[in-house]
Amino acid sequence: MAKQFLSGNEAFAYGVRLARPQVISAYPITPQTIVVEKLSEFVEDGSLNAEFIHVESEHSALSCAMGASSVGARAFTATSSQGLLYMAECLPYAAGGRFPIVMMNANRSTALPWNIYGDQRDSISQLDSGWIQAYACNAQEALDLALMSFYIAEHKDVSTPFMANLDGFVLTHTYEVVDVPTAEQADAFLPKYQTENKMDLQKPRNLAFSAGPDTNTYFKYREHLGILNASKIIDEAEERFAKIFGRRYTGLTESYRTEDADYILFTLGSLSGLVREVVDELRKEGSRVGLLRLRYLRPFPNEEIAATVKNAKAVAVLEKDISFGNEGTVYTNVNSALQKAKLRIPSSDYIGGLGGRNISKEEIKIIFDELEQQQSTVKFLGIGGETNGN
Amino acid sequence: MTEILWHGRGGQGAFTAARLLGDAYSLKDNAYALAFPSFGPERRGAPIRAFTKLDKKPIGNRSEITRSNYSIFLDDTLFNEKSFRELKQNGIILLNTKKTFDDPRVITLDGDSIAERILGLPITNTILLGAFAAVSREITLEDINKAIRQTMPRRLHEKNIAAVKAAFEEVVA
Repeated sequence: MAKQFLSGNEAFAYGVRLARPQVISAYPITPQTIVVEKLSEFVEDGSLNAEFIHVESEHSALSCAMGASSVGARAFTATSSQGLLYMAECLPYAAGGRFPIVMMNANRSTALPWNIYGDQRDSISQLDSGWIQAYACNAQEALDLALMSFYIAEHKDVSTPFMANLDGFVLTHTYEVVDVPTAEQADAFLPKYQTENKMDLQKPRNLAFSAGPDTNTYFKYREHLGILNASKIIDEAEERFAKIFGRRYTGLTESYRTEDADYILFTLGSLSGLVREVVDELRKEGSRVGLLRLRYLRPFPNEEIAATVKNAKAVAVLEKDISFGNEGTVYTNVNSALQKAKLRIPSSDYIGGLGGRNISKEEIKIIFDELEQQQSTVKFLGIGGETNGN
Repeated sequence: MTEILWHGRGGQGAFTAARLLGDAYSLKDNAYALAFPSFGPERRGAPIRAFTKLDKKPIGNRSEITRSNYSIFLDDTLFNEKSFRELKQNGIILLNTKKTFDDPRVITLDGDSIAERILGLPITNTILLGAFAAVSREITLEDINKAIRQTMPRRLHEKNIAAVKAAFEEVVA
């Protein structure tokens, strides 16, 4: 392994190169552009033997990736924000076709008002599209996810496309130390993609077909089981990864100082680094606080959440997302997990970081302060905006 | 944590310097760095900021630096009285200028002259990095040289390594 000083985008591109995709189809968009640039350079200089298809739109990017996947090729694409929304029609198509495409999404706000900075409203709006969704917290995890995503998506028990999310700018454009594995290590980890779900002259079969009212539910049920199975395969991939690379990940969630915590804050992505620091500071002052980072939103970590918070007095979610007319979607999902586990714990939602707005240490301390009042509220962070009083 | 705030104009290489510093510092074991520019559209000549954070443990806070241990100005037209408000207590300003300042917080260097002599171009980013090494002792010249060789195009290596050394020696003297 070699220590390098890379941005999140560069780290992810290095990870994709190690995974040896056969087809890359992508359209550049800020803040994802550097991934596409790097990969096209790798193809140009011969260090990656892939077909690089420079398409005319994101809709075509994912359509191309589906075409490649339907003949059994390992396919990769990347996008962000408006680009993700433009390819939205193809997202459930790829999932329903059980094409295990990997896509990197640089999390960015959606228009209007026009904004190129980071929040997570783009990917969270697509939670129901049938894709696995992971959120990296630093450049090392981004590289490692790039490798693991192919293993998980392509596993025969999963056969589900994989969206790896990196916070726009604060992760995609920030440089930090990354261990870049060797090609030999990566090859030992990731087997070649093999599937029966492909067009093959020797074994003709029907792909991407219609299914009417009588059979449709069976296909959707199978799709649901596939993404649920990912939970087990993520553990398997991480176990295998730890053996080869020596870095261990923790499945759908990562908990930090939650064992005896009274108050637990949930968040996702690169923001968790800052919350960790605040947890350490408050712990020094004697507060029993902890952090639960949601590494995956699909499959959703229902059991992990219930097991982590069962003795907590109150929990809160800090998310860069709002489902207008209701609340943050991560909060809705967390509450459902608590309800199913019969846990009656006060829970609050803090909507912050929209359009790239900075979230400060002080604001996170205020959230922990307010948690001790054990209320259930939904608030917009930093502007004093409370949305309901229930 | 040591926080370094870089000021320059688009095209002067402030972010390249911020990145080289993070790279050089993190070559050692158990040394961590973050480097990033002020995010947004890039325009030649417009004021930009870049940030480097250095620490002995992983750095979780990815926010922009609001108060620095060192503020480094590649262009003295960006420096004014307000610059001191962004300094931590005992913070230092490192300024590329031909002027002199009677203020213990300000260390000046005529980087343009070094750049003209060694690089043949008015680009002072690596020169100020050499000056920073002399002032802070957070990184060695060898570390900077390694970072330059790792990340800059080959044709720029020797000239920039010479410029870094010249700046270091001038500040030490």
